[in-house]
Amino acid sequence: MKLLLGIGGSDDSIRALERAVDRAAETGDDLTVAILRNPATEADPAEIEARVQTVLDDAGVEATIRHLDGDPGSELVDLAEREAYDRIILGGGETSPMGKIKLGSIAEFVLLNSHVSVTLVR
Amino acid sequence: MTDDKTYPDEPAGPFPEPPTPVEDREGRSITVRRYDEKRDREALEAMYEAFDPADRAQGIPPTGEDRIADWLDSITGSGTVNVVATHDDAAVGHATLVPDGEVTAELAIFVLQDYQGAGIGTHLLETLLGAGRAAGFERVWLSVERWNEPAISLYEKVGFEPSDTESFEHEMTIRLD
Repeated sequence: MKLLLGIGGSDDSIRALERAVDRAAETGDDLTVAILRNPATEADPAEIEARVQTVLDDAGVEATIRHLDGDPGSELVDLAEREAYDRIILGGGETSPMGKIKLGSIAEFVLLNSHVSVTLVR
Repeated sequence: MTDDKTYPDEPAGPFPEPPTPVEDREGRSITVRRYDEKRDREALEAMYEAFDPADRAQGIPPTGEDRIADWLDSITGSGTVNVVATHDDAAVGHATLVPDGEVTAELAIFVLQDYQGAGIGTHLLETLLGAGRAAGFERVWLSVERWNEPAISLYEKVGFEPSDTESFEHEMTIRLD
């Protein structure tokens, strides 16, 4: 499978990365990691890339790393559809102190707009 | 979670402090009182085991004995405020404040299906906010699924105002002090 993981630096996106990389190590899936500008985290893209590289190296997995500028949700969906990915993978939301799951704005946009299947990692 | 939410300028209330006995619209004698771990824990676990999964929202309450126990541990832990609505010896409703700052807390409320629509939710909420204010909380927020009109009206009735209606879930806030 040709997988596209979107990561913007939030905790749930980091978890999604780790799980997707672990899975790719077993299945040999073709993984692309797209680093997004998530306005909610304001994380530094270079730091995210370093983190991604570490996770990949630790698992011995090779993946293409790309940077997407502009609106994160629409850029991700556009890339997935244009380059015929089989699946988009995203973090499944943050958990509030109460334990309520809160879906992020990127996940919401992607779920409602993508013609490519979407996996939310919990 | 950072406290970047918008709160109303004016405090809502006044709200009663527990215990608050009341007769619900079905004529049942209900008491809302402070949660006591020793006395109420089992009754609360039984309530959540009987909870209709169709009434879950945003992943809570969880299902299964172990997950319910873990979740109850965390939302009744130190610094939290909990009240239960009891009918005879059974817990039929529960409302909780979980702090996410020194004087701010997130709120959630659950009423067992057979006891919904009888005024218990309003009563639980008001008593929880009374207990919360007494415990020193000044600002309370919650999130609610945006299509859940009955819940949104209930929150508005006690003084919550919408603070973020852009996301998947509606966010609402209230000021106690």
